[in-house]
Amino acid sequence: MRPALTDGPAAATVSGVGYEVSHLRALESEAIHIMREVAAEVERAVLLFSGGKDSVVLLRLAEKAFYPARFPFAVMHVDTGQNFPEVLEFRDRRMEELDARLIVASVQDSIDSGRVVDETGPRASRNRLQTVTLLDAITEHDFRAAFGGARRDEERARAKERIFSFRDDFGGWDPKTQRPELWSLYNAHMNPGEHMRVFPLSNWTELDVWQYIREEELEIPAMYFAHTREVFARDGMLYATSPFVELLPGEEPFEESVRYRTVGDMSCTGAVRSTASTLDDVVAEIAATRITERGETRADDRASEAAMEDRKREGYF
Amino acid sequence: MRAGCPHGVTGAATNGTVVDSRPSELVRVATAGSVDDGKSTLIGRLLFDSKQVFADQLEHVERVSTERGDGYVNLALLTDGLRAEREQGITIDVAYRYFHTTRRKFIIADTPGHEQYTRNMVTGASTADLALVLIDARKGVLEQSRRHAFIASLLRIPHLVVCINKMDLVDWDEEVYDRITAEFTHWAARLDVTDITFIPISALHGDNVVDRSENMPWYGGSSLLYELEHVHVASDRNLIDPRFPVQWVIRPMSDEHHDYRGYAGQVASGAFKPGDEVTVLPSGVTTRVAGIDSHGGPMPEAFPPLSVTMRLEDEVDVSRGDMICRPHNRPRQTKELEAMVCWMAERPLRPAARYRIKHTTRTALAKVEELRYRFDVNTLHRDEEAEGLELNEIGRVRLRFSAPLLIDEYRRNRSTGSFILIEESTNDTVAAGMILGVDD
Repeated sequence: MRPALTDGPAAATVSGVGYEVSHLRALESEAIHIMREVAAEVERAVLLFSGGKDSVVLLRLAEKAFYPARFPFAVMHVDTGQNFPEVLEFRDRRMEELDARLIVASVQDSIDSGRVVDETGPRASRNRLQTVTLLDAITEHDFRAAFGGARRDEERARAKERIFSFRDDFGGWDPKTQRPELWSLYNAHMNPGEHMRVFPLSNWTELDVWQYIREEELEIPAMYFAHTREVFARDGMLYATSPFVELLPGEEPFEESVRYRTVGDMSCTGAVRSTASTLDDVVAEIAATRITERGETRADDRASEAAMEDRKREGYF
Repeated sequence: MRAGCPHGVTGAATNGTVVDSRPSELVRVATAGSVDDGKSTLIGRLLFDSKQVFADQLEHVERVSTERGDGYVNLALLTDGLRAEREQGITIDVAYRYFHTTRRKFIIADTPGHEQYTRNMVTGASTADLALVLIDARKGVLEQSRRHAFIASLLRIPHLVVCINKMDLVDWDEEVYDRITAEFTHWAARLDVTDITFIPISALHGDNVVDRSENMPWYGGSSLLYELEHVHVASDRNLIDPRFPVQWVIRPMSDEHHDYRGYAGQVASGAFKPGDEVTVLPSGVTTRVAGIDSHGGPMPEAFPPLSVTMRLEDEVDVSRGDMICRPHNRPRQTKELEAMVCWMAERPLRPAARYRIKHTTRTALAKVEELRYRFDVNTLHRDEEAEGLELNEIGRVRLRFSAPLLIDEYRRNRSTGSFILIEESTNDTVAAGMILGVDD
């Protein structure tokens, strides 16, 4: 049975004892408030969309925040050129449904123009290169704010990041000079050259995101559900075989029933063994898991103790 | 010790929210204290014993503990995220932690007890439903514990839970516990705190954290987790004074919604229903609520903290920064107010200085007319000779604005009674303000 709150905030029940609000409605209202503040106080905002579950939720919140009007900002995808094809298909379909303006910032273009150099070898990944492409696109379009779907429960450095997170003119994040954030009074004033990343899902956990997807019956890319895929094992993770990943000696592809917990590049995102084929199955699986999503499926965070912090300092998402 | 045994992690997580169809409640907790208090250990313990530390996180903590030569699984490492923190063994900033039980989802704002203590504690406390204060049983009520309690009362956190920690180091002695609670109660009588609960614990060993301790049979109360799960927070919201600060005007201009004009915002307090007579401030025009809209359809009622869109029956001029209220229940409209401010910047507050003030969805210019006094948070003494406020200091000021604000007393309304000051030259947030009443 679905909880009574399926029908939006209206279902926040007025019971005999008081005005109850479920934690998902409270989180939703907080996120909508944040998005409206940015729209009201910042010129030229953009919503970063990867096609992953968090950005699917972000997109729905944007729809809700300005309904029945269209949300007043464009959507941007940083395309590494090594995405899962089903994610790109999903992205394009959603944009058409929403009649949203999509900007694709391409890592391949950054490579072709000599801004970055592609990594080579079996462990090559374009994960880190995305930062340059992202910052270039922000500069090119003069975006002052970029909404991201990052959550504080994802990673240790993220747990310390503000909801309105300022980036200097190099795109860098300095955890020691963050402004205090009090009540729900956000200070959006920026210095010349600065831009900010805004994280409306800061207080959501992975489980909240899945519960919300279930309540709202949101469509997500099919790879989040169990499917049979050709994979190979590396560093304790299962990777899809693809033209973007070279096999190392001894790595043998095999077929397995898997699903994805996160969606990044094919080069750095691992799958998990799973038979969860419905949202209810997935929520139950997430609730029972003993390993964090990034620990289980992201090679990009395994580079060092402070892999995320270091990348954020350089301007990463 | 239990934390050292990874086998303790087996078993189902207490995640009944997943299969449970009851909406669970969101509770925000602020905690503060120094490394020595065992605060990080306590949070680590709460996460660990409620089975919400993941295997890879625990493995990480175990490995780092060994590398550092801690000699035990240092649960504090679960919460210290930045490179400098791990290197120096300190907590730099407010860290947010999340855990849930079948009844509730918790957000813990965890703040360090040393550097920039007040600034961070005020930040964490501003949104908290409950404050967790730690006292070292061996040391008793120190300056720091008093400061925590004072800030909790200043920020009007409705519930205060005082954990007397390290009971294992005082042989689980009831007398020690009684002496500390008596001393704290005596001191807290001078504060504006209505609900205080004391719990004797050992964060290191887990006594009275999740389960009741067998070492302290003399203690008749509940464990910390039980307290967190059952403290009544729903009634802490102000449901009496309807206040709706307009955030954004929605005008789709599409064929389908050509004449639609909706006022988007988050209900600050009180409740609104279609048909309610309302007044828009500052214009003072009175009309009725035509409808309350959301993406999911029309709503019968809106109350805090819901973000909604309101339509009005008459075409009135409404824009961001305006406030919708009731004709006979209005905020005070004023260009001047008195407030307690906590100073958060390196550059001190000086009388006559000019700042931007952000209050609800309205921003104006503000001038500090007078610094009435600086408050000593340790002695509660008022220094009327003070000439400024330095970083982390608290004082009472009189402010004057370029445009009228629509305010309530902070004591009555945490949303319409709070503001921030922004420095014009640096754009930094330099102060948190709590509006005082006319009679204070």
